[in-house]
Amino acid sequence: MNWLKPSWQAVLAVALCLIAVALGAITKPEAAAMAQPEASLDYPYLVTKGLMFGLLLIAALVSMTKLPAIVEALVLFVGAHLTAWLLITGINGFEGTALAPYFLVLATAWLLGWRCVAVLSSLRPVANWAKTALRLIIPAIFGAWILILWEAITRGAGIPFILLPPPSAIGARIAGSLPVLGADVRQTIFKAVIFGYVVGSGAGFLAAIAADRVPFLRRGLLPIGNMVSALPIIGVAPIMVMWFGFDWQSKAAVVIIMTFFPMLVNTVAGLAASGHMERDLMRTYASGYWQTLFKLRLPAAAPFIFNALKINSTLALIGAIVAEFFGTPVVGMGFRISTEVGRMNIDMVWAEIAVAALAGSVFYGVVALFERAVTFWHPSVRGG
Amino acid sequence: MTRNSPAVVSASKLGLTFQTNDGPVQALSNVDLTIGKGEFVSFIGPSGCGKTTLLRVIADLEKPTAGTISVNGMTPEQARESRAYGYVFQAAALFPWRTIERNVGLPLEIIGLSKAEQAERIKRTLELVNLSGFEKKYPWQLSGGMQQRASIARALAFDADLLLMDEPFGALDEIVRDHLNEQLLELWERTNKTICFVTHSIPEAVYLSTRIVVMSPRPGRVSDIIESTLPKKRPLDIRETPEFLAIAARVRDGLRAGHSYDD
Repeated sequence: MNWLKPSWQAVLAVALCLIAVALGAITKPEAAAMAQPEASLDYPYLVTKGLMFGLLLIAALVSMTKLPAIVEALVLFVGAHLTAWLLITGINGFEGTALAPYFLVLATAWLLGWRCVAVLSSLRPVANWAKTALRLIIPAIFGAWILILWEAITRGAGIPFILLPPPSAIGARIAGSLPVLGADVRQTIFKAVIFGYVVGSGAGFLAAIAADRVPFLRRGLLPIGNMVSALPIIGVAPIMVMWFGFDWQSKAAVVIIMTFFPMLVNTVAGLAASGHMERDLMRTYASGYWQTLFKLRLPAAAPFIFNALKINSTLALIGAIVAEFFGTPVVGMGFRISTEVGRMNIDMVWAEIAVAALAGSVFYGVVALFERAVTFWHPSVRGG
Repeated sequence: MTRNSPAVVSASKLGLTFQTNDGPVQALSNVDLTIGKGEFVSFIGPSGCGKTTLLRVIADLEKPTAGTISVNGMTPEQARESRAYGYVFQAAALFPWRTIERNVGLPLEIIGLSKAEQAERIKRTLELVNLSGFEKKYPWQLSGGMQQRASIARALAFDADLLLMDEPFGALDEIVRDHLNEQLLELWERTNKTICFVTHSIPEAVYLSTRIVVMSPRPGRVSDIIESTLPKKRPLDIRETPEFLAIAARVRDGLRAGHSYDD
């Protein structure tokens, strides 16, 4: 049995596949057609049924033989994704008619996809390009399967559009509403979020330095700052709209309130992070307050400050979107979400959510890249 | 030998009491000490004897609560502000975000020397501690011994005549330590600086010093001062000579005497 290399995913996949074959009809129309052989009823997977089962069984069985890992991964990749594609395209026009074998086929393909990622994760390539490629491919397959499962289940089970639209509908909506989404991003992110983030983080930073320099501020400002951070954004947002008007300025004000405190606390903590020995060293050089601040304490505080910047990058987006629920010109991501929910255009809401998630990730990623460049010396970045 | 030259450090009836939650702790009491120019003085004693505290008082990192002390004829604070000494800590305390050359240049930046002057001094002091070629490395890319040498270079960079060293080689292994001791002696001979050196190793103290100050705890005080009769040129194997062993025995006796009514 030297040529055999069983994995639990593949064994389970074969078992599920055989159960699906034994159960018969994949969809209700197929079951109806089987019940009345004389009537020529149209049903899905007329041609592709055998192909799907064949692909799954072959991929599962081939993966259990002793093959180079990269070949095994390739076989599993093709088998799992081709089947998933056949399954999703086949249900077109017959949404909500899926029977148990439909979900068994989906689960089998998923298991093979899982096995594929497991095989890829165990690869230890030498070449740098291969490492980079693997670092991208593994999360890509992982993410793709979330979308595949979401698409196949919502369409197969016929989940109402209002509850959860399939990702393909959301994608189509994004592609069809680019000008609207672009205007919303410009209003919410490029005006309110960026301005509020820069001013809020900057003010928090300066307040931290002031609190460090002036003892009475340290005693007085920190507790007040703590209270400001505890203010409920839902309560503050309408007041900011009354103070600063409907346009982006009021949203920026909410973002400033939300981002101020994380920066203040983190910078205060960071300024205390330099060691006694290093501070004594600066003292032996008769270094002044500002020299010690710029040459020792701020560099030592950089990891803390970047933590605050990363926390704030997501807080700012949440703050601006929620604030738009309380009054805004007829543009903006929060405005769009609140009105489209009312009009039952759930796909547009999801489109805004997807755009917000993407924008938030990019924002966070840029800050994180910047952090790596500045705090390259920190053990958490240079790795030990 | 060097006792007649002008005093670099002179302390009389020096005392320091820390106020702690468990009541006052007498870290130093009645310390009388004069250190002349060009001397190499070691402070040795068990932990808690105040040897590091004494060094910190000289450096104006602690304020004495009794007696008087002068450094270069000034108060320690004036001496610190005129950058009269270089201080080497127990750990290298290099800034990880600066390269070795920028670490060594740190005091020069603070003093406000010109860029050209800085570069010249950095080059010279790195040569002095045998670290040429490592200018662009970061501290975490260097071994512990090299890091400590870089920190010595940093203390030498601004050319103070007094070097205060607080167990600088305590965290290093024996082989590296021997090597650095040799280099330190060579450096001392070449630069004619005054060095105050805190250690808890008897061979290290005897090998390096012209004078050994033996201290004992509770309260921290000077219990003996031993003049070394060893020549200024000291190869490593001087540590096997009867003369060396005799001095080491005296230091050990002094340490034991300080401990006698402990247990």
